[in-house]
Amino acid sequence: MLLRKNNEVIKRARYLFAGIVQGVGFRPFIYRLATRLGLTGFVQNRPDGVSVEVEGIPTAIDSFFSTVCQELPPLANITGVESLEIAVTGDTDFKIIVSDNEGQGDVHIAPDSAVCTDCLKELLDPSDRRFRYPFINCTNCGPRLTIINDIPYDRVHTSMGCFPLCPACLAEYENPTDRRFHAEPNACPVCGPRLELRDAEGNIIPCSDPLKEAIQRITAGQVLAIKGLGGFHLCVDASSDNAVQKLRKRKYREEKPLAIMVRDVEHARQIAEVSNEEQAMLLSVLRPIVLLRKKENIPISQLVAPSVPNLGIMLPYAPLHHLLLENQFTALVMTSANQVDEPICISNREAVIRLKGIADYFLAHNRDILVRCDDSIGFVTGGKPQLMRRSRGYAPRPIILKEAYPAVLALGPQLKATQCILKDNFAFLSPHIGDLETPQARDFFHESLALMKRITQSDPQVIACDYHPAYYSTEVARELKAARIIPVQHHHAHIVSCMAENQIDGDVIGLAMDGTGYGLDGNAWGGEFLIANSTQFKRFGHLQYFVLPGGQKAIHEPWRIGVSLLRQAYRQSWPEIASRLNLVPDQAHYELLDKMIEIRLNSPLSSGLGRLFDGVAAIMGLRRKVSFEGQSAMELEAKAKSAGQVLPFEILRNPDESHMLDISATVRAIVESIISGKSMEEIASAFHATLSAAFGAMSGEIRKLTGINRVALSGGCFQNRILLEGTVVELKKKNFEVYCHSQVPANDGGVSLGQAVIAGSIMKKGF
Amino acid sequence: MNYDKILLEHGGGGLLSNELIAEKFLPRFNNAYLERLEDSAVITIGSQKFCFTTDSYVVSPIFFPGGNIGSLAVHGTVNDLSVCGGKPLYLSCGIILEEGFPIASLDKIIQSMAEAASEAGVKIVTGDTKVVPRGAADGIFINTSGIGIVEYPGPLSIKNIQPGDAIILNGTIGDHGAAIMKARENLNLTADVVSDSAPLNDLIAGLLKVSPNIHCMRDATRGGLGAILAEIAKSAKVQINISENDIPVQENVRGICEILGLDPLFLANEGKMVLFCPAADAERVLSAMKTHKYGKNAAIIGSVGDMGKGRVVIKTSIGGERIVDLPTGELVPRIC
Repeated sequence: MLLRKNNEVIKRARYLFAGIVQGVGFRPFIYRLATRLGLTGFVQNRPDGVSVEVEGIPTAIDSFFSTVCQELPPLANITGVESLEIAVTGDTDFKIIVSDNEGQGDVHIAPDSAVCTDCLKELLDPSDRRFRYPFINCTNCGPRLTIINDIPYDRVHTSMGCFPLCPACLAEYENPTDRRFHAEPNACPVCGPRLELRDAEGNIIPCSDPLKEAIQRITAGQVLAIKGLGGFHLCVDASSDNAVQKLRKRKYREEKPLAIMVRDVEHARQIAEVSNEEQAMLLSVLRPIVLLRKKENIPISQLVAPSVPNLGIMLPYAPLHHLLLENQFTALVMTSANQVDEPICISNREAVIRLKGIADYFLAHNRDILVRCDDSIGFVTGGKPQLMRRSRGYAPRPIILKEAYPAVLALGPQLKATQCILKDNFAFLSPHIGDLETPQARDFFHESLALMKRITQSDPQVIACDYHPAYYSTEVARELKAARIIPVQHHHAHIVSCMAENQIDGDVIGLAMDGTGYGLDGNAWGGEFLIANSTQFKRFGHLQYFVLPGGQKAIHEPWRIGVSLLRQAYRQSWPEIASRLNLVPDQAHYELLDKMIEIRLNSPLSSGLGRLFDGVAAIMGLRRKVSFEGQSAMELEAKAKSAGQVLPFEILRNPDESHMLDISATVRAIVESIISGKSMEEIASAFHATLSAAFGAMSGEIRKLTGINRVALSGGCFQNRILLEGTVVELKKKNFEVYCHSQVPANDGGVSLGQAVIAGSIMKKGF
Repeated sequence: MNYDKILLEHGGGGLLSNELIAEKFLPRFNNAYLERLEDSAVITIGSQKFCFTTDSYVVSPIFFPGGNIGSLAVHGTVNDLSVCGGKPLYLSCGIILEEGFPIASLDKIIQSMAEAASEAGVKIVTGDTKVVPRGAADGIFINTSGIGIVEYPGPLSIKNIQPGDAIILNGTIGDHGAAIMKARENLNLTADVVSDSAPLNDLIAGLLKVSPNIHCMRDATRGGLGAILAEIAKSAKVQINISENDIPVQENVRGICEILGLDPLFLANEGKMVLFCPAADAERVLSAMKTHKYGKNAAIIGSVGDMGKGRVVIKTSIGGERIVDLPTGELVPRIC
């Protein structure tokens, strides 16, 4: 006999939700929804997702499913649903039942999230039991990835495992209707972690209010190391020249911009231009640092971001940040706490050791950070967000791919390293690891590898790495002794990373523009016009090679590249031009430099667009030496306007049929402009406009020969907004379909994704 | 990595050289002496321990400030024997000459060999001369082998290196590499640089008397100090910590490196050795070194850290830390 209710037939449906569905308040959400709709049944966590069975009238079941999709808790992300109609059992209520451990691990770990409005309200409510408690969180917000030791995501597998819940917290934790039902990091002042102030040697300074003491010390101009979500920040008052100078000196960080944190959007608006899209990015629960255009005459020290037009601004994300900025400070410098070029510090002990001589005091606490996770960095271009560093807030949320792939581990490049694991149609990228030049970064690389394998519950036997034989990641690939190692050319990986996040396949025209990557001919590539798909590429053309006199030294001293460009453009008469431009620090070296280039003594060939930017900035007198990567390019971009005169360039055909973008005429035009006294703005604008026009022309050549109409733009140079927007306009004018990055960085931070997808595609096609 | 042809880097003393030896020679020659990959083989005949080594010299240019291919061929082999704790006694001399090579140059080279042998107290007791047609060699190549007796009781080997050991260097680095480069390319550099090519047997004999606890010595030739330390760290599976500020470099060499973009750590030396001994003996060994003419600028440059991670960490002059990797011979920058 059919069960009926109000004359309607009763049905029962089973759903299996996969994705980020655990630790994000998904079960209480389902419980409340099912109860509200008068459905019976149960919800249950399983290793492969969350299983739900609902029983009731068909309209209620239909509206249950559509509401799940519409009203999803903020941190949840459903990546797959299986549904099935099953036999009615006659349940009389709706239950949350204990976890089932069967099935394959398909649960995704949630990223860390900024404190939610409900928690924020409680934080500032004197009558709340968590009033001013810096570790307040609920299922809708708070730490996730950074406190995880292992999965499944249960309190015992997090660094909260050592804080037994007090009766009040336990009651919330066990109440299916509470916002803190199974909030694993749930805590309060009675049972949870506490702040502590430590001196430079790491000794705890006894005090009743460590936060207040810390604020006083920041106000007094001292350098505080503050433990956040994914690591320590070094913090000083951003309005004080002295304090910022002190921090820079101690960190050996002369000029590289420092990130700042401000109370709210209104405060951000007082110091920088904020568009609607930028506001949305600032306010998102992911809380990246957003690059915003500085206003004039602002109460922020000039030393925060000298000689660049932008400020990196973020809003408070941990409850502690809200308390820090509650009443004081226009802005705080909040930069990753580390020694120069090293990964961010996470443990109290590590911080005290590694920040010796930098931090005066430590505002720490006793909740361990288990996963290093730097702040993410983004900006808005053409009305769309783009990332320069994808880390806290984003990782380890997967990039969703168009199709499923065999398991692959990609080890990334040398700089801005990330790792990527492919599993089905998901690409899991690690948090930002950094430059693999220091022992700490290499240790972190291995830490991260173990983490990625743990949280994806996989150990891929196919490993992708860069083609550069001297990259550390390549060395690790060799040492891991996998079943198969697939070396991937750097710029091919760039283009495929862009294709993957845009879910496109087939052949594309790939414009891969960056500083340096190892080329198949043993030269340093970086201005590449490729015909690419997910398994292969052909180098259709490239930026004309020029010599880097002194190799790596030329990267730190771009005047050397300037010499090389002048010599290419003017032959023997280059010293005369160099003298007029006052390019070479010591004129006694003309003959030696000439010879170095001539006989290629420690002078590799480069086609890197980033290097061309460096060389042109040096010729223009903007900057002859750099103190951090991309500094020249940033300053050249800062001078440029979006429209400029297109200078001459040529597309030539090499003997091997490949094409070459010859910029000797461009260099000569730039030199003439300088000598004739044109403004830097005009020259910088013209240089950008010329590149965009050249990219359009070269893409046109490729289309003529191949019929391909899609262009993918990747590589660090496309973080240059003038260049990116100019190129997109140029290409759209020629009716190209243009694909850019939005989910992974255009820079080397996205390379692991491209490596992984190329290796996955090669395996799939059986090459 | 697979190559179907020999590259220059296979002879550069870096990663490719090591791979070539490990993949091609070790498995086929297959014996315990060779597998140690020390500068000399230490063999026992009867009750006497001997050390035995060989090296070929193909330096270009043949004559350079501070020496020539002949003196180099004696010093190099003498030093390879000495760092294994041996007292060098006898050398062989095999010479390959290119048709047309000036006799006057040969005279000079042989004279230098004789003088170098006399300073080092060794005798050149056997030899061979071959002449090849024009173009089949570059002027002159020399091979020397050497034999000595080992009296130092303690074994001197990379395997003896212990966490906590001090690392001592007998002087400035990069002199030979810079001198060769300047002479070879005829570079217009005002700074004078002279090769450090020298026999180290007398210096080392003195050190062995001062400390019975020396764990290991290596001469830092091809690939420079950086390559030798990276190799030692890998092979001994220890972290080697050195400090940029403590490594002596002559001002003029530093200047050449500055303009050419080279790192003195990876420039060749022909009269430099690194020594590992317990920290307690370090000062004693250092002062003994400093009294010798080939150790005047000696310095303690670092120490051996924990077991496990075979790598070299250098504290840079601006306070950061960086890994010193075994050079791959690859010029394409990793950075940016």
